Amino acid sequence: MSIFLTKDSKVIVQGITGGEGSKHTARMLAAGTNVVGGVNARKAGTTVTHTDASGAEVELPVFGSVSEAIEKTGADVSVAFVPPAFTKDAVIEAIDAEIGLLVIITEGVPVQDSAEFWAYAQKKAAEGKKTRIIGPNCPGIITPGEALAGITPANIAGKGPIGLVSKSGTLTYQMMFELRDFGFSTAIGIGGDPIIGTTHIDALEAFENDPETKAIVMIGEIGGDAEEKAAAYIQANVTKPVVGYVAGFTAPEGKTMGHAGAIVSDGAGTAQGKKEALEAAGVKVGKTPSETAALMREILNG
Amino acid sequence: MEYQAKELFAKHGVATTLGKVVTTADEAKAAAEELGGVTVIKAQVKAGGRGKAGGVKIAKTADEAYEHASNILGMEIKGLTVNRVLVTPATPPVEEYYFSFLLDRSNRSYLCIASVEGGVEIEEVAKTNPEAVRQIPIDAGAGVDEAKARAIVEEAKFPAELADQAVAMVQSLWKVFVEEDATLVEVNPLARLEGDKLEALDGKVSLDDNASEVRHAEHEEFVIHEEADPLEAKAKEKGLNYVKLDGEVGIIGNGAGLVMSTLDVVAYAGEKHGSVKPANFLDIGGGASAQVMADGLDVILGDPQVKSVFVNVFGGITSCDAVANGIKGALELLGDNATKPLVVRLDGNNVDEGRAILNELDHPLVTQVDTMDGAADKAAELANG
Repeated sequence: MSIFLTKDSKVIVQGITGGEGSKHTARMLAAGTNVVGGVNARKAGTTVTHTDASGAEVELPVFGSVSEAIEKTGADVSVAFVPPAFTKDAVIEAIDAEIGLLVIITEGVPVQDSAEFWAYAQKKAAEGKKTRIIGPNCPGIITPGEALAGITPANIAGKGPIGLVSKSGTLTYQMMFELRDFGFSTAIGIGGDPIIGTTHIDALEAFENDPETKAIVMIGEIGGDAEEKAAAYIQANVTKPVVGYVAGFTAPEGKTMGHAGAIVSDGAGTAQGKKEALEAAGVKVGKTPSETAALMREILNG
Repeated sequence: MEYQAKELFAKHGVATTLGKVVTTADEAKAAAEELGGVTVIKAQVKAGGRGKAGGVKIAKTADEAYEHASNILGMEIKGLTVNRVLVTPATPPVEEYYFSFLLDRSNRSYLCIASVEGGVEIEEVAKTNPEAVRQIPIDAGAGVDEAKARAIVEEAKFPAELADQAVAMVQSLWKVFVEEDATLVEVNPLARLEGDKLEALDGKVSLDDNASEVRHAEHEEFVIHEEADPLEAKAKEKGLNYVKLDGEVGIIGNGAGLVMSTLDVVAYAGEKHGSVKPANFLDIGGGASAQVMADGLDVILGDPQVKSVFVNVFGGITSCDAVANGIKGALELLGDNATKPLVVRLDGNNVDEGRAILNELDHPLVTQVDTMDGAADKAAELANG
């Protein structure tokens, strides 16, 4: 088991012919993902050729729209590598086509575009057309040994009992590396933007319900109140052990630290506040990534 | 700053008085003469509480305008030096209200905050008279049309005789919010002047950097280059994601989260080494080419406070050998300009090849440490030397 993404997932890539889209389509295939095609309206009807995990050549069809791709391939996951100016349209297209899971890798999406497509997704969900969005500005999701929808390196760690949810890409990689001897059920990078689709809470809920996940690592960073909300959720709903890490204790007020959402404003969204909220909910919080990994190690070694 | 916010207000039809922005007391005097009558001299810095700090003064004459401007120019408000003042006609408000549109991260939408008690910080009003502060959610899909604007005005309890004016102003402020891609549009005070005229007497607009990059090239004009930190300006010119901090250990890493984490780990390590602290945030992102590494090192070594540099890279998509070659190339490019010890921690993709390249280089300034915590400790120790 795993969350949101399995070996049966059929994946398409929005922007499959672009530089990043092409590079990561090849990586997703090499990781064993069942990539079934891509979308680029201007190159509809053509194909792209890559090598899959077994070393065989695969020719992937390029479709004119997400709905056509779904109709022809039965795809249920889309990974979007679309420039920020066009991301909103690509997301709305995917929601209209009722894709099950949409992973938005793109960094630099205007936040009002994210607010608009989030409002649109909510409206469609109320009509029963449910698309789970991960991102934007994220590394995506990996279920080791099964599938990768995003850019997480597939060779860091294998399958195992840990569920990982993180705002940050490289901290996801670092934590997977630290705990590679245990392995991961699913690792999900939810993104560093002020408005994102899947939240810490969504992932925590799914990990709690996933029989294969025995323990959860939750990585947060400064900005917003997602970690505080997650802490309250953990206290009320999560029975599995959770270990936490928060980045940005030394970040000055009012400065954006790389991620558009990583900013302490008017004293709100500090790392200290998030750490305290998590600890009050019974979550052990590491001072450094290594210490966090050691806390998880203790739990799993019982 | 206030005058920039007012320019955006005026652009979208929000009633406001622009006044004149000047940088010298002589110009302030000339502006006051031209405006005639009583004027207000207001410090222009990106900070609240300017009035309390003595940065806002009423001038009855042009000579008083000169005197106030010479006192205000050069003063520091919340650590920011005042380089310009705004001279506006004095328009004493009969009543002061508060109004804002903002991005509501927590609810992934927008929020309107309105109050009939303005002119002071809204956080204060929320404490002393929470009933007077109305929070009205805005659907990001539907936006604000005339009906919504009217609902807001009613909810805020703005006086009925001003309702039509207020509705028009709310709609104009909504235009500022969406058309400029703002994350905050704030009017405080929203003033009721003599003759029941509503006007944005002071305001603040925060713009979304992502949107400015994608579709608002014109927002570049709001950046005041000479006030930027020189190292941050230099980094920006080279396309680097750099934030200057107050410390001794220069930091280079890949990925925003890992770099933030690196700063924290260095600060912890510094507790054992004379309280040295991280000197900066610098995320070189995915591609750590020699040029990017050299540009990054060049900026960091330009910071006279820096005594050591910690390069912390986890090779995800980037491979460690590429990073090691980047460091090697950067040291060649910098030559004698590379003067500070470099602690390098490489892990992840192709780590053995990466470490081998640096071992072979055997550069006197470069020390390799295998773990992040260990490397942070070494970098802190070297900075405390």
